[in-house]
Amino acid sequence: MKITQISIFLENRKGRLFEACSLLGSNGINIRALTIAETEDFGVLRIVVDKTDDAVKCLRENNFVANITDVVAVEVSDKPGGLASVLKKLSENNINIEYMYGFMEKFSDNALLVFRFEDVNAAQKVLTNNNIKIVTKDEIKGL
Amino acid sequence: MEIPYFYREIETAPRAQIEKIQLQRLQEIIDCALQTPFYKRRLTKVGINCGKDLTTLEDLKKIPFTTKDDLRQNFPTGMLATSMSNVVRIHSSSGTTGVPTVIYFTADDLEKWTNLITRSIVATGATKDDIFQNMMTYGLFTGGLGLHYGAEKLGMTVIPIGGGNTARQLQFMQDFKTTVLHVTPSYLLHIHSKLEELGFSVDKLSLKKAFIGSEPHSERARKKIEELYHIDAYNSYGLSEMNGPGMAFECVYKDNMHIWEDAYIPEVIDPATGEVLPDGQEGEFIATNLIRKAMPLLRYRTRDLTHLIAEPCRCGRTHRRLSRIVGRTDDMLIINGVNVFPSQIEEVIMKIPEVGTNYLIQVEKAGALDKLIVKVEIYSKMFLGEAKQLDMLKGKIRDRLRASITINANIELHEPGTLPASEGKAKRVVDIRTEM
Repeated sequence: MKITQISIFLENRKGRLFEACSLLGSNGINIRALTIAETEDFGVLRIVVDKTDDAVKCLRENNFVANITDVVAVEVSDKPGGLASVLKKLSENNINIEYMYGFMEKFSDNALLVFRFEDVNAAQKVLTNNNIKIVTKDEIKGL
Repeated sequence: MEIPYFYREIETAPRAQIEKIQLQRLQEIIDCALQTPFYKRRLTKVGINCGKDLTTLEDLKKIPFTTKDDLRQNFPTGMLATSMSNVVRIHSSSGTTGVPTVIYFTADDLEKWTNLITRSIVATGATKDDIFQNMMTYGLFTGGLGLHYGAEKLGMTVIPIGGGNTARQLQFMQDFKTTVLHVTPSYLLHIHSKLEELGFSVDKLSLKKAFIGSEPHSERARKKIEELYHIDAYNSYGLSEMNGPGMAFECVYKDNMHIWEDAYIPEVIDPATGEVLPDGQEGEFIATNLIRKAMPLLRYRTRDLTHLIAEPCRCGRTHRRLSRIVGRTDDMLIINGVNVFPSQIEEVIMKIPEVGTNYLIQVEKAGALDKLIVKVEIYSKMFLGEAKQLDMLKGKIRDRLRASITINANIELHEPGTLPASEGKAKRVVDIRTEM
């Protein structure tokens, strides 16, 4: 039940983020979730989109350095302590999170979060065992 | 002004006497050179089978030039003219690629070189009563150990502190009332910018002189150093192939550098044709080392652009003077006193699989110091999607460069196709250092 995240290497140049986003837009690709890891001289744009394969293809064709990574999208109750309760379960089971970020939209009353785990399979097991809802690829497409 | 000499008779010898010494030493050094397979081949080819085959200094012109590439091709011992058991020290400097330039000295070679350094120090007016803080890097670089032994020989109080660590440098200057420094001009200027911040003041120091060298600098930079520190700054020239510092040094008049002609034969050539140019005309500086018998180098192409000054100096020395170095005939960069060839950097980065095909080497000023920026393209297939991986890649490039060229570079990662391409005459080195 992993979903695919696209990572795009962006050098520190004016307008480069715009170029990446407008390329996806003009190809009818919708960004569902987004975050940027930034350093002094470059950034890595991480996105979850509705049409992953098309997005990777068109990015590479346009000379972007892009690759895919497995991540897990999790439904978290959108109320105080909602995220903490999920993190508690992960922490109790020694699951390390490399990074996480939120979706822009949601399709229920719950919030959607993207997690990148050190060990994706172990993390999925913990989430499932604790009845925490993992969002599927199809659900993402239908957002 | 009373002119201090270390070896007056030689330093003020009439031209004819200097030339007599040169010819005699040249004949001796050619006999040594013939012990090496490299020079044996070279010299016999032009009809020189022993030193005596040269009957006048004019005959020197028969000998082909020796280049850094010759040193590389004969690495490590192809130009060693004696057995390794007679060698007492090795120095090394950067080659154009991963192969360094190695220089060998016998005990006698070192003594002769040391004497030249002592002679140079004395020429500036420094004496045994001076406290000498040697701020050049010790080790394989000739600048540190060279001046160290020359200063000890004179009887100065030597502080072998080496390079870097500004706070400690200033503390030593203050605690030991240092009077003479040996330092790169950029570092000396850098220290001044940190002085107040570190709680020191020029007025509380006892500085009188600085020997500055290892990197090109303008007359304005020298003047600035003299004004900021209220000292006299003397230019020094040398290269490890010619032993190192102590080859040419300014006297008390600070009016260009006397090249010790009893130990070296200087020439200036047109770098394109190899034709020897008359004194006063600018060209590539060529030097023959007359005193290093472990490893003779004849008519070595230094790639430095300068001219020779034959007019007598007010100090009475008869040895010609070498003018300030105005540039290079090759692409060597001098970064904070360290010599670097772009090819060395290329060799390092191209061995790293995550690096793409194009790169750019940029040198700029950060305050008084030089800063090296190496921009590389990442190889798209090696990008796994994580920023962490890229940070590690930067660290890896930085570490490997430091191991090869001893400089901490700033590494910048770029997208493929954004840096100048390797085909054609891509300009891969950008030097935007502005003269201060």
